[in-house]
Amino acid sequence: MLKRFITSREALLIGAIVLLLGLISSRFPGFVTPANLANVFNDTSPLILLAVGQMIVILTKCIDLSVAANLALTGMVVSMVNVAAPGLPIAVILAIAVGLGTLLGMFNGLLVWKLAIPPIVVTLGTMTIFRGIIFVISDGKWVNSHEMSPTFKAFPRTEILGLPVLGWIAIIAVIVFTVVMTRTTLGRAFYAAGGNPHAATYAGINVGKTQFWAFTISGALAGLTGYLWVSRFAVSYVDIAGGFELDVVAACVIGGVSIMGGIGTVAGALLGALFLGIIKNALPVVDISPFWQLAISGGAIIIAVALNAQANREKGRIILKRAEQAT
Amino acid sequence: MKRRTFTKLTTGLSLAASLFGTSALAQDDMRIALVVKALGIGFFEAAAEGAEEAAKELGGVEIIYTGPTDTTAEGQIEVINSLIAQGVDAIAVSANDTDALVPTLQKAMQRGITVISWDSGVAEEGRQVHLNPSSNALIGNMIIKLAADHLPDGGDVAVLSATTTSTNQNIWIEEMNKVMDDYPGINVVSTVYGDDLADKSYREATGLMQSYPDLDAIIAPTSVGIVAAAQAVVDAGKVGEVNVTGLGLPSEMAGAIESGASQSFAIWNPIDLGYSATMIAHALASGEATAEPGAEISIGRVGTITLDETNSAAMADPFVYDASNIDQFKSIF
Repeated sequence: MLKRFITSREALLIGAIVLLLGLISSRFPGFVTPANLANVFNDTSPLILLAVGQMIVILTKCIDLSVAANLALTGMVVSMVNVAAPGLPIAVILAIAVGLGTLLGMFNGLLVWKLAIPPIVVTLGTMTIFRGIIFVISDGKWVNSHEMSPTFKAFPRTEILGLPVLGWIAIIAVIVFTVVMTRTTLGRAFYAAGGNPHAATYAGINVGKTQFWAFTISGALAGLTGYLWVSRFAVSYVDIAGGFELDVVAACVIGGVSIMGGIGTVAGALLGALFLGIIKNALPVVDISPFWQLAISGGAIIIAVALNAQANREKGRIILKRAEQAT
Repeated sequence: MKRRTFTKLTTGLSLAASLFGTSALAQDDMRIALVVKALGIGFFEAAAEGAEEAAKELGGVEIIYTGPTDTTAEGQIEVINSLIAQGVDAIAVSANDTDALVPTLQKAMQRGITVISWDSGVAEEGRQVHLNPSSNALIGNMIIKLAADHLPDGGDVAVLSATTTSTNQNIWIEEMNKVMDDYPGINVVSTVYGDDLADKSYREATGLMQSYPDLDAIIAPTSVGIVAAAQAVVDAGKVGEVNVTGLGLPSEMAGAIESGASQSFAIWNPIDLGYSATMIAHALASGEATAEPGAEISIGRVGTITLDETNSAAMADPFVYDASNIDQFKSIF
């Protein structure tokens, strides 16, 4: 029953995406060519990576508003490292990015776990702190494309089977986290900690620690995305990805992740991100007045969220089937 | 009773202290606040450098370089309110919104603070003088000229702007449209908005190249947009086909000139701009000049400006940067 419900939820999103693509192609046929769809997927990859991390955090009844700032800080650090040591191999750069992102995520997690501060407050604070640190370390200056080494910029663009590495990383992350969320103890603990924290505690799950790991994973993904972002756009400054955390949360919500925790899948987050990504990429080519674009983006989000809310209401938590039917 | 005397005494003391403080400051340093759209933007950092240069030249001037962390009018209002509380002598602001800052700046002027706007203007009632980096007509002409110079046989160009409500960009595009007749064969096919975000500008530029496969040039009169558009052109493999031009900073555009995605671009000298704004603020605050139509104000090494009927003035022509001079300027700003 539950399984069928989830499949239908994701089927609904896939249907919406197909409908959207159909609408776009009626105005701009070139949009649905395989090459362009690969471009759109590639462009949406940062959003997918962050949405997967955010989904895990939201599952545990938390929220991570610092992801975009984490991305920007990690991006600035790796680009400054690249300027200082242009010869550093990409593997080292990736390790620095993921490592620093993880540390920043752990910092959020520790505050939530050990000091029991509400996650929205913690991450609002760290969001500002991270942006502030970027300003301090960069002295407000940009790192520009001519200062970055060619290998640093080439990595996310290298094409394998027609799709750039950036896109492949998103695919790998989706596969890895699908396995983690469905096949590992930690993955199930995220659901348990958010779905019913009291029951989870009685089942021997340390809810705070589970939340800590959720923030750590979100941080690691944000760090990884930080490097990919600055090398893709070949520029790094204080404001990069400004306001992107809201897109990430929107992608999760559209993907059917419940803000109340405990409900959501990696596939949902992926589809939610793709839905937003397609809208973002389509608006410039469908020849709609820019004055309408924001309204259209916002409208699409509200419709999706309204559908979610409707679906969530239908679901409820039926404990006694007979009693439910009797009333 | 005892308590009241004590309160009176402390009030008296603090009043004396504040009086002493103000007079001491007036004698020591004239404090000129340079309020920018947001901290951390290369252009404004360079303007602050120019302001410091002017302060050194004038002597007895302290520059307070400040601004919000993101480009919002709300953020600037907070910053300006705190400057009013600090009792600075002059505020020179590059506004995020033409009208939103007016009430706050009027409050500042009522308290005897000299208020000028520079770069991005404030409505007339909210400032004494506005300093344009160049005249809008000259910039509007320059951005289309930059594209047309590399298209002797004409062609299709598109504009990638900042936000739909950006004061500067909208005026320049309007001025550009006025002189289109001077450039026969050049068609502006579309105007899109990248919101001064790297990712959105990149996406809009990619969209332009898809929607108009024969596009010859993208004109981006915004420093974030021009860099993002150049990167999008490189990634689309259209270097040599689509020329990215407009307004940008040499340090940020060096890569685009090197890759050939951009043939040339223009910008005024932000150092001169910060320098001139400081000179004007100083002249007005010290009473050496008055803000009235027709008044001539000396701006040191940059020359002299003449105020028009709206009390605004143009500093100088935008300067063109290309492969021949980019190396010389990229380390400056």
